[in-house]
Amino acid sequence: MNQVSRALTEFQEMDALAAMDTPIHRLHPLVKLLTTVVYIFLTVSFDKYDLTGLIPMVLYPALLFSITGIPVGTCFHKLRAVVPLVCAVGIVNPFLDREVLLQVGALSVSGGVISMLTLMCKGIFALMASFLLIATTSMDAICMALRKMHVPGMIVTLLLLTYRYVSVMIEEVSVMTDAYHLRAPGQKGIHYRAWGSFVGQLLLRSMDRATELYQSMQLRGFQGEFSYVAAPPLRGRDWAYFCGMAAGCLALRFVPVAELLGGMVISVD
Amino acid sequence: MHMADALLAPAVAGVMYAASAAAVGVSVHTLRKDEQQPAKLPTMAVSAALVFAGQMINYTIPGTGSSGHLCGGMLLSALLGPQAGFLSMAVILTIQCLFFADGGLLALGANIWNMAFYGCFVGYYLIWRPIMHSKWLSGMGGKAAGRVKIILASILGCVVTLQLGAFSVVIETSLSGITELPFGTFLAVMQPIHLAIGLVEGLITSAVLVFVWEARPELLQDVQTSGNSGRCSVRTTLIVLAVAAAVVGGGLSLLASGNPDGLEWSLFGNSEAGYSENMGLDEDSFGVSSDAADTAASIQGWTAFLPDYAFSGSDSALGTSVSGLVGAGLVAAVAAAICAIGGFFRKKKSSAK
Repeated sequence: MNQVSRALTEFQEMDALAAMDTPIHRLHPLVKLLTTVVYIFLTVSFDKYDLTGLIPMVLYPALLFSITGIPVGTCFHKLRAVVPLVCAVGIVNPFLDREVLLQVGALSVSGGVISMLTLMCKGIFALMASFLLIATTSMDAICMALRKMHVPGMIVTLLLLTYRYVSVMIEEVSVMTDAYHLRAPGQKGIHYRAWGSFVGQLLLRSMDRATELYQSMQLRGFQGEFSYVAAPPLRGRDWAYFCGMAAGCLALRFVPVAELLGGMVISVD
Repeated sequence: MHMADALLAPAVAGVMYAASAAAVGVSVHTLRKDEQQPAKLPTMAVSAALVFAGQMINYTIPGTGSSGHLCGGMLLSALLGPQAGFLSMAVILTIQCLFFADGGLLALGANIWNMAFYGCFVGYYLIWRPIMHSKWLSGMGGKAAGRVKIILASILGCVVTLQLGAFSVVIETSLSGITELPFGTFLAVMQPIHLAIGLVEGLITSAVLVFVWEARPELLQDVQTSGNSGRCSVRTTLIVLAVAAAVVGGGLSLLASGNPDGLEWSLFGNSEAGYSENMGLDEDSFGVSSDAADTAASIQGWTAFLPDYAFSGSDSALGTSVSGLVGAGLVAAVAAAICAIGGFFRKKKSSAK
């Protein structure tokens, strides 16, 4: 399977997850979007040495994974996109910041190591929260939430149309790449002589496709923006979810939960 | 260059969201005035989807074994114009963020600014449009001149916009207080890497745009469609490459970091910048002291008419720039000499047969 068809599979997997039916899936998309933003905002606002404060923030994704029954492993292969840049930035911290902040027996832990771990945890937690949003909310529902937040209709229509055509284009590129590699075995990528024509051909075809698409949309009454069925109103349970989760996240952010729990088990003189 | 949420402080992320939202607002406002806007929307969506899928294709870079990718910002602004290109790029980045975890939800504003704003607005208004409208090369013949202009605009556009994007990433990360890496060192790592990436992306993008221009010139923005004869000659290609080399060598060396490079830094440190963790070596007295070494040093002193890439005894920016130009020229001369020697031997071999 080439890289392009892997991307298509990933798309289909996300769509399948979003089509599940769980209490979280049934919530209004707007509250899920807002809760995710609040969670990520609070997660990244932790101080760079506050690893013990940050760890309890894992409770939010853990709770959602548990309620929805989505396997945790499904989101971890997405870490390949997040980890390289976060590591590249964080990996130098242990070398530049050597002040010992923690002494556990004979083991000295420097500030750099703690800040590196904090950075990685923030990256992973934020990734899990966005993954859970898209795994429990379909693209149509997210677009509906965006319209409710008064994002211009043009952007939302563009987002929906692009989302629809991304899978079509990925499929086309996948077929073209396979055909190319069958004719050029052992070649790693596209030869420089075909750099222009490879995507160029597809681009010309796509422009014709866009014209046909517009004509067919016009025949169905398109006048610059999609017509939407009235969005369902926010219900009591949506509000309860948002308030509960936001309050929980705020509590985890400002109450040193880890230290309190630790203090109950170990007494420090 | 997609930034993750963890690399940004909430305040910086908020400011970048505001900046990107303003750019989106201006673009939407401009496009709404356009009567053709409803017809443009499907084209924008299909082009965005194409760039999304096209960025997954690996293009082999000759002679290196590695591969490069397409530059979305320049391609979309050349096809759709800056505002429509910017919105399409913003939508691509949103889908990448949601479905592929390429960049975080909170960092989306910063990513749109770093990749879409520079690529579409700066790339279009400061590079693509001026080059396409210039009378430069008008004596060359319509088609050849158009081709040269597209190649130059794509390469220059990709290099400059990627440099700006990388610079923004460094500023945003440093302002967020995420890394212990000093600003200068981080910059010295990011900029050269993105210079190389920009060159490759520019070449790939120019190949696609030249193909489109030859087949359907009316699809590109600001391009005269009344072209006539002629394919691009070797002479034209050489002129383009010479100009590109002059721009990269001459112009961008002004931006090169004044800090020593990684190896020099690790050996000698940089006392002015306060790095005490050097190895305590003195640059002047470092090395093996022998007659041969002294002789070599004196020869180098005589041949290096531009020591440390500046005129002898001058620290001016002009010196840096001239050194870059001279260096590019020397490399070109050596390459030409190698080609000439190869050609000479081939001719000799064929005449012997």
